[in-house]
Amino acid sequence: MGDGAFAETRGQVRAALRPYLAVLASRVRAQRAYRTSFRADLVGAAVVGLTEMAEVVVLFSAANGTLGGLDLAQALLVLGLAELAFSSADMMFGHVDNLAQQVRAGTVDILYLRPQPLLAQLVTSDISLRRLGRSAVAVVVLVGALVVNDVDWGPRTVVLLALSLVCGFAIFCANYVGAGGLQFFLLNAQEVTNAFVYGGRHASTQPATVWLRGITVIFGFVFPMAFCAYLPAMLLLGEPGAPWLPAWLGWFAPVAAAWSWAFGLFAWCSGVRHYQGGGG
Amino acid sequence: MRVYARILAAGFRTQSRYLPAAFAGLLANATFGLLKSGILLTLVGDGAAIGGYTAGTMAAYVWLSQGLLGSVNIWSLPLSAQRIKSGDIAVDFLRPADVQLASIADDVGRGLFALIPRGLPSVGVGVLLVGMAMPSEALPYVLGAVSLVLGITLSHTLTYLLGTAGFWLVEVRGLQGLYMGVAGLLTGLITPVWLFPDWLRMIAVATPFPAVMMYPIDVLSGRTTGLDALALIGAQAGWLALALAAGAVTTRLGRRKLEVQGG
Repeated sequence: MGDGAFAETRGQVRAALRPYLAVLASRVRAQRAYRTSFRADLVGAAVVGLTEMAEVVVLFSAANGTLGGLDLAQALLVLGLAELAFSSADMMFGHVDNLAQQVRAGTVDILYLRPQPLLAQLVTSDISLRRLGRSAVAVVVLVGALVVNDVDWGPRTVVLLALSLVCGFAIFCANYVGAGGLQFFLLNAQEVTNAFVYGGRHASTQPATVWLRGITVIFGFVFPMAFCAYLPAMLLLGEPGAPWLPAWLGWFAPVAAAWSWAFGLFAWCSGVRHYQGGGG
Repeated sequence: MRVYARILAAGFRTQSRYLPAAFAGLLANATFGLLKSGILLTLVGDGAAIGGYTAGTMAAYVWLSQGLLGSVNIWSLPLSAQRIKSGDIAVDFLRPADVQLASIADDVGRGLFALIPRGLPSVGVGVLLVGMAMPSEALPYVLGAVSLVLGITLSHTLTYLLGTAGFWLVEVRGLQGLYMGVAGLLTGLITPVWLFPDWLRMIAVATPFPAVMMYPIDVLSGRTTGLDALALIGAQAGWLALALAAGAVTTRLGRRKLEVQGG
């Protein structure tokens, strides 16, 4: 490809992205307009992150040492990875979870009228910068855990960290997309999807060794939450993993992410096709 | 008094129109219940009587807390909070019923209904799947019912109080996030308060939050009995009286501060 063709392609990409970027920039400006309110939101999000940490600290301290084969420092590594991936996904995709209200109010119709993909419009319709409060807590937990755990730094560790964060982010995003698709069918029963979106988030912070068998099937494989943080962390720490989920499976996190997206997009496309309009 | 009883009944009936929503909530409760069972039962199985819990009483904690969650509902603000933000509350002040009591009665009605499709089945799932220990005599259930109603009422009184912050702040979402985090931990929703390290447990007991959920669970599961149970119920009643008084004050002050947005 010549230089001219390359510049042309780049120009086309930029033109295609322009409407999305305009909307996102407006959302960022909107959140910066009310400073006190935004600061309160940041603190609120950080406190939610802190309570997630408190849960792990309380449980592992009460256990006097190890719980489910992990000690507190190791559990905090799993928590830090999971929380950082989840809070980022929540920032970029979390508002997809409000789709049920839009479907009920009929306001989703307007998205069908615009000449852009529905999902792309919805995802770029907002960005919840307040979630950065929770991400900040996650970063502190993760860095602290990496220091305390005496990890030997090398290319393998860096690759594993990147693998965990990227694939974890992708899996959490895919859950939001799948949940969004299901909202077109569920309407009032929107809480069904909380079971795997927020239940899945909770599962991703736990050592998989403590899971009951049904949970292992659901959150180990159907919604592959074990791949978000637990399995990569076990590889990093040189721990064996859980009975049905040995640590080496952690290398297959990209496969798990691809599977999540296949499910999420299938649910999304079925939902979009199923929608009959708000009757407006 | 009759008017509040009727608002309470109306709240109960409103919620009965949303049965699919209730069953969806039940599915989410059951998922969380199973996740919590896994880790908490491992914890109890590992050591000797951590926090005084056995496998049976820990399972009772998990499933009672999941069952109560939809009824105490610490995550949503009452409708009155939206009306404060929009200024519609001005209309409510003109009505011949107390704004605070009417709002709480509505939410308590909804909360009590949630016990039927979400509370009881959650406990049922727990009994069937995990095997939880429940008392065999009648008294804990009688005291538990009183404690439960007090806890549900206290929770909605606190979220009402939180909503009245909107008279001054307009946007209370940040404050609500803070409340959800603190209340989630200190009510004993995330882990039993009795597993906390000493300093955190002392902080928790000095707040109204354990009275929302931890005390009702303790009384209902028979973990706390006799005079101790009555003491917990007394503490709940005390916190409820305080929260109601605080809400009455903020409502009166807020009424003077009220800004109606828009024309």
